[in-house]
Amino acid sequence: MQKMPAWADVVLIPLISVLLASIISAIVILAIGENPWAALKLMVSGAVGSSYGWGYTLYYATNFIFTGLAVAVAFHARLFNIGGEGQAMLGGLGVALICLYIPWPHWTLALLFATASSALFGALWAAIPAYLQATRGSHIVITTIMFNFIASGLLNYLLGNQLKPSGQMEPATASFPEPAHLPTLNDIAGLFGSDLFRSTPVNVTLLIGLVACVLVWFLIWRTRLGYEIRAYGHSESAARYAGISPNRIIMITLLISGGLAGMMAINNVMGEAERLVLNAVEGAGFIGIAVALMGRNHPVGVLMAAILFGFLYQGGAELALWTSIPRELIIVIQALVIMFTGALDNLVRWPLERVFAATRSTRGAE
Amino acid sequence: MEFLTIIQIGDSTIRLAIPLLLACLAGLFSERAGIFDIGLEGKMLAAAFLAAAISFVSGSAWIGLLAGITISILLSIIHGLASITFRGNQLISGVAINFLAAGLTVVVAQSWFSQGSRTPQLSGSARFEPIVLPGALSRMREIMEASPMAQLYSELISGHTIIVYIGFLAVPLSWWILYRTRFGLRLRAVGENPAAVDTAGISVVRLRFAAVAIAGILCGIAGAYLSTALQAGFTKDMTANRGFIALAALIFAKWRPWYAMGTCLLFGFFFAIDNRFQNIQMPALWFVIICVALAAGMLFYAIRRTRLDMVVLGGFAVVLLAVAVAVVFGTESLSAGIKLPTQLTQSLPYILTVVVLAGFVGKAIPPRAGGEAYVKER
Repeated sequence: MQKMPAWADVVLIPLISVLLASIISAIVILAIGENPWAALKLMVSGAVGSSYGWGYTLYYATNFIFTGLAVAVAFHARLFNIGGEGQAMLGGLGVALICLYIPWPHWTLALLFATASSALFGALWAAIPAYLQATRGSHIVITTIMFNFIASGLLNYLLGNQLKPSGQMEPATASFPEPAHLPTLNDIAGLFGSDLFRSTPVNVTLLIGLVACVLVWFLIWRTRLGYEIRAYGHSESAARYAGISPNRIIMITLLISGGLAGMMAINNVMGEAERLVLNAVEGAGFIGIAVALMGRNHPVGVLMAAILFGFLYQGGAELALWTSIPRELIIVIQALVIMFTGALDNLVRWPLERVFAATRSTRGAE
Repeated sequence: MEFLTIIQIGDSTIRLAIPLLLACLAGLFSERAGIFDIGLEGKMLAAAFLAAAISFVSGSAWIGLLAGITISILLSIIHGLASITFRGNQLISGVAINFLAAGLTVVVAQSWFSQGSRTPQLSGSARFEPIVLPGALSRMREIMEASPMAQLYSELISGHTIIVYIGFLAVPLSWWILYRTRFGLRLRAVGENPAAVDTAGISVVRLRFAAVAIAGILCGIAGAYLSTALQAGFTKDMTANRGFIALAALIFAKWRPWYAMGTCLLFGFFFAIDNRFQNIQMPALWFVIICVALAAGMLFYAIRRTRLDMVVLGGFAVVLLAVAVAVVFGTESLSAGIKLPTQLTQSLPYILTVVVLAGFVGKAIPPRAGGEAYVKER
């Protein structure tokens, strides 16, 4: 018997969890001597109060859509891919190689191949942890953490030596050539005579992100593979009994997950920086965890959570600009969201279940 | 290489190994009781900050240490609440604690000291000073002229802060608690088979909380060491992934106290080498041989196994061979030295951990009930 109606599970619990996280965040802001209400107003006006704010909010959200989907897909097979950060770094490498060394005639072609390359590199970076989990039982969480650090070492080395143009001090690649630049949404709006999202980095990758949401939904709930992934996530022994190969599911799921994380690079590397710099991912891989947890591993939820975190990121940048609250407040909020929606889920769930059980029994008595 | 240089590398190995060792033992207690703890990093960071801040305000490193331990235990209790009481996902809780510490330390540091996410420089009694053991020389000039034994004694054994000695004492103590006391036996049992412990009438929840609290104490000491002994004050993200390296060391050590010490010294040695020699040369030929041998080994292993092994290991072997080919064509002669990237030495702990996890070199088997909340009587 269902203890709670589905809507409570999907909507009510995350909402209460986020509310709890906001209350504690407000207490933190109060404790450092600032006004939480003023801070919130500043964040709202800075992040969603103008088309400029929206442009940045949606740009950040695009990053988080990819990393969030990456974590969510893996969660469906009950695999915790904490390596989105490293996979996105490698995705950036894939994008940079494609954009730097191949003269593209048009951005559409460049985008197509850069997307494929970023996904390939991200997937390959997830392949070894996936392989070790599947065949050797090495815990995926630990191996992906280690691979994050190895990725950062590798990129550090490549950017400092091989990929850096000679004579340049900064560890970064050269700027991508003009035909590999992606049109921003402002460029597209310009075609219709509008000036929406002026001078913001939000670009066509957002549309790819939306497509990715639909594809992931289709994959998980409308294909045989998705069914197998979910079955494996619910019960490994049952899945095995039904003839589903655990090794195959682990490999495929993590390759898809790594590929999605890698695809984030077309937004931040190709769409925004237009070159590969050190630390390009800026923790977006980890935010994917919060986004997936809050979004309940559903693409629609992931999309909404990604926009919320995009709002937090842009709003946090505005806060740091206008008040003495440092940008790191966002990390605190992110931590609280992960804590309440992820680890302390039962803190909200258990009392709610009791409430619903009580209302049901009184209704039954009538 | 001069004898004194070797001694100095040893000295710096110890300094760098101690925070790893303390954090590793923290993870040992927690994971042996069945609670995964990837929040070691966060607890250390929070302790490093509060220890430095309180030391600065109070002028006493000891009060700072106490403050560091307190905040670390507090975070441990949060981890315990999430993973023991509310049976949440221990890994997610650890991730949250890491971010919480990374964010809060900066926000609070900025609010308290307004020095851009750092505490003021510590000096005098606000720091742990090196202890000069009786008969040891303390001035560099005297040490340089002394006999090798005196050098060894003065530079390697003497001249560390009290926390270094505490760290080394914690190893036999941990071993004794875990393997020679009733509490230790129960603690290990609760990580392997909590139901059996429960049946014996012992509280699983209380034992696990105790283990998590011990982890908090040790992480607190480790953090305080970073900011009040190794360095003079807190800087943003000063733990620099040591919590994760400690986690790696724990796996490498197969969840055993003495092995943990060996592993942490090994990892500390990597850092010491990396700090001291920026430019490590290796004959190109050796490098090529190592790459080819690794690739051949992988192919040989994979060829007798499944198609999956063939694809993954084969792919990896191809990458290694490509690196070897690049080196062959990239250097003028194979006998010339090539510079090993510092990133490679820095990544060695992580790479070694993956190798150990893969079970190709001795299998690392975690405590059986690790990561699972205990549910009494379904």
